[in-house]
Amino acid sequence: MDSESFIRNSSFRGRGGCTFKADLHIHTCLSPCGDLEMSPQNIIRTAKEKGLDIIAITDHNSTRNVRTCMELGKKNNLFVIGGCEINTQEEVHCLAYFPDLEKLDEFQNFLDEHLPDIKNNPDIFGHQVAVDEDDNIIYEEEKALIMALDIDIESVSEKVLSMSGIFIPAHIDRSKNSIFSQLGFIPFDLKYNALEISWRTTVEKLTEKYPKLTGKRFILSSDAHYPEDIGRVHTKLKMEKTDWESFVKAIHRL
Amino acid sequence: MEKKNLKKLIDDLGLTCVANENLLDREVNSAYVSDLLSDVMGKAQPQMLWVTSQIHKNIVAVASLIELSAIVIVNERKPDEEMLKLAQEEGVVVLTSDNPAFETAGLLYNYLNTAP
Repeated sequence: MDSESFIRNSSFRGRGGCTFKADLHIHTCLSPCGDLEMSPQNIIRTAKEKGLDIIAITDHNSTRNVRTCMELGKKNNLFVIGGCEINTQEEVHCLAYFPDLEKLDEFQNFLDEHLPDIKNNPDIFGHQVAVDEDDNIIYEEEKALIMALDIDIESVSEKVLSMSGIFIPAHIDRSKNSIFSQLGFIPFDLKYNALEISWRTTVEKLTEKYPKLTGKRFILSSDAHYPEDIGRVHTKLKMEKTDWESFVKAIHRL
Repeated sequence: MEKKNLKKLIDDLGLTCVANENLLDREVNSAYVSDLLSDVMGKAQPQMLWVTSQIHKNIVAVASLIELSAIVIVNERKPDEEMLKLAQEEGVVVLTSDNPAFETAGLLYNYLNTAP
């Protein structure tokens, strides 16, 4: 193992830290629109092949496939952050990340409470399954995860932040399900840790279009629904080591 | 489209005013139906009514920016206190309709196309 990968793959505390490649928006087979090939083992293997150091699992309105991904990540020296992509009442997609499984479970209760009780139709929206390390189905979500929660974006942000989570409006450059498409502009009192842009644009292009966003913190992620899309873009995070505290610090240093 | 008085329109169509009842002497010339604020910002014109199921407070800012006559929130959806307070401050008239968007827009279309 060379020194660079030793530092990246261990809890070594370097002076000033290392730069890690992070793709913080990846769907699994649990998302209705996520390919069934997006099983935890495929995701972890592909992320490693693409040279990523950190990934976040962000299914639509659910955290139920995170645990397997985190466990497999640990075994394969890939830092996996648990989260989800929330669809708020205004149909704005937002990313949330949490420090541990306990917090993820707590947030899952919040999602279950606010997701309307509408049955998924797998023929139209796709299957919604959580699987174990060997791709055995361990859970099938009955409710349609594609639906919007019955709660507004500010309340979701407050909930995530009150649980020591990270809150990031997703793909703000997109013409559907983005804070700009749905709400015209970022609500003045909305609290967020950063903004995500998709692979379709760059920070330079976006700030040219919206000069008010100059100086904001941005992450760039793949929003992968298929294995080949994992890591098509990434965020560089300067971190001392691959743990939650360093991750939070790195997001705030962007 | 015929210009109509907002107060008379509300009475004739059975809409409810939930913010700025004192500002109903406005005129209405047409209406725009959309739930995407980015779309409304680009397409709606002054003195229009805006028919929407969005209740986020950003709709107040958009209505004020374009100088719309009023927002019509459909489907019995209820805006919260914070949104209504902002509407009061900004002088944005907020109406609610018990009907869904299709019926509300249909009623408005016929009403605004009928000579006074």
